[in-house]
Amino acid sequence: MFYRLAGIRHTSYAADRALWPAPVDRVQIAALLLFALAAPFLLPNLYLTSYLLPWIIWSTAALGLNLLMGWAGQIHLGYAAVMAIGAYGAIHLVRAGVPFEIAIILGGLLSAAIGLVFGFAALRVKGLYLAISTLAMQYLVDWIISHVPAISGGSQATLQAPAFRVFGIPIADDRARYYVALAICLMVTAFLLNVGRTSFGRALAAVREKDFAAAVIGVNPYRYKLLAFWCSSLLGGVAGAVLAFCYYRAVTPEQFDLDVSIQAVAMVIVGGMASVIGSYLGAALVLLAPIVLNNLVGALAHALGLPLSADVLSHIPLILYGGLIIGFLLIEPLGLAKVYDNLRNYFLVWPFRHARR
Amino acid sequence: MSYLAELAANGALVGLMYALTALGIVLVFKTSGVANLAQGALAMVGGYVMWWFAAALGAPLWLAIPLSLVVMFGVGRGIERVALRRMVGQPVIMIIMLTLGVEILLRGAAPALWGAVVKRLDIGIAQQPIVLGDILINRAYFWGGLVALLLIGLSLLFFTSRQGVVLRAVADDQAASWAVGIRVERAIGLSWGLAGVAAACAGILWGSVQGVDWTLSLLLIKALAVAILGGLDSIGGVLVAGVAVGVLENVIPGYVDPLVGGGTRDLVAATVILLTILVRPFGLFGREDIERV
Repeated sequence: MFYRLAGIRHTSYAADRALWPAPVDRVQIAALLLFALAAPFLLPNLYLTSYLLPWIIWSTAALGLNLLMGWAGQIHLGYAAVMAIGAYGAIHLVRAGVPFEIAIILGGLLSAAIGLVFGFAALRVKGLYLAISTLAMQYLVDWIISHVPAISGGSQATLQAPAFRVFGIPIADDRARYYVALAICLMVTAFLLNVGRTSFGRALAAVREKDFAAAVIGVNPYRYKLLAFWCSSLLGGVAGAVLAFCYYRAVTPEQFDLDVSIQAVAMVIVGGMASVIGSYLGAALVLLAPIVLNNLVGALAHALGLPLSADVLSHIPLILYGGLIIGFLLIEPLGLAKVYDNLRNYFLVWPFRHARR
Repeated sequence: MSYLAELAANGALVGLMYALTALGIVLVFKTSGVANLAQGALAMVGGYVMWWFAAALGAPLWLAIPLSLVVMFGVGRGIERVALRRMVGQPVIMIIMLTLGVEILLRGAAPALWGAVVKRLDIGIAQQPIVLGDILINRAYFWGGLVALLLIGLSLLFFTSRQGVVLRAVADDQAASWAVGIRVERAIGLSWGLAGVAAACAGILWGSVQGVDWTLSLLLIKALAVAILGGLDSIGGVLVAGVAVGVLENVIPGYVDPLVGGGTRDLVAATVILLTILVRPFGLFGREDIERV
């Protein structure tokens, strides 16, 4: 159909290495990019700030976590803590007069430094033990942030994000904040699109599949596990800082509690491990599904005249996250990315199903 | 000195209730090697079910408690049958996430079903403390700890019964158990059912102390601390570690809270987990064959 291909056949190595081998993919990406750039002028402000902006920021965060969970195969249940470190670090730095561009990088580096501590646990243990130790770290970081007044500004306090400029341009309205978030999201996306083609990405994949097999072929699993934690925490810290500056415009410890970690993990699993487009799809589903379902259930209850308690409505997101995680793990462990891939593969050669892909 | 003794005694009793929750984690890990991160939510559901039978349906205590235990046995088995059994052979990260998914689902579903307001669960324990010399012991903790101790002892006895031997065989080697005609899935299902029962007991006891709402599922982190410290596959370890975590969790805040302004209680379990994993990942009594890199 619109792919107008009967399989992909490469005539040069450059074509074989291309990120998007089919022309229609390139057109698709270009169209999406154009839409993303033009969105502030096309969409009403409400949609921009309450749907598109959180989506791209959470996609950034999900990409960072996916690097660790999907590419390197390490479980991390304390990602929100990493994001919180980046957010608090960046806000304190900007308040102290450090320029925004440098502050988010420093915030990210601070996250990466503390994320390495999570990583050291990964060197000792794996699987279940890693899951539990990252869970414990989430509690620890949460506690430290909310109980040290120098960080959180006192318990129950909200720390306002100060006004900031990027390369001398003051970031004052929603559009500008959207473009800042978009720029960072695109950078992270570009990194992850290419990471699979680098020696680093291949080493991570080797460690993921079997760590001692990786050691046999000369990949140091210690080094690459730590690097994976470092990298993913750096991205998480930057995403946390962007979330704090561009979306919430303030930070409180509750924005980064355990449920947020679980939400991030849900994005990665629902979207698909080790998939860039999966991270976007997962973030979209996890963010939007509760809103849609809430409205749907509310409308349905209203239409049928059923009295629906606020308890039910307020717990729909949790039920949904749990249900999505369970459902995808049982039915489609490779997530939405696989669903997309199946569709694409089908249409790639449609209507000539017998053609080789 | 009596301050310390009072903190330690109450802490030890609370710790026994944590140990009861952790028992479910250990049982499941022992038989199937699966980390049961849904244990906190199972305890919460146990509390809710008990409240539903006792307060909402008006069943008397002697009926409501066994009924809720039976229901929770079914819930545990159901989770294994519907979700876990299909995941056999998948990477451990997937299985952990699945149990976490169950935890989240239950944590949302139970308050949605029965209401999020704290429910009072009265199991007939008087309010006034027990006076023992010059220390005061919370009466609910006392009975809770005693029941927990009894149940853990019972589970130790259970492992000498026929079914218990089956569970031990499965824990030792699943393939070999297959070969001698043990129905492995059934044994794993049984361990999940027992985990549900242990969770229900913990949920009922703890729910009678602090009321039933979603915060019961926070028992998960304490239970994990106990299970990890005791060694994931040791029931005796659960007992010792439970008392240890309980005592630490009561004594440390008793002395440190006035210095740092409160809240260290929540920190103890997390610290215990981290220190155990860094120093001795297989815990106090666990087998030393936990895979390292």
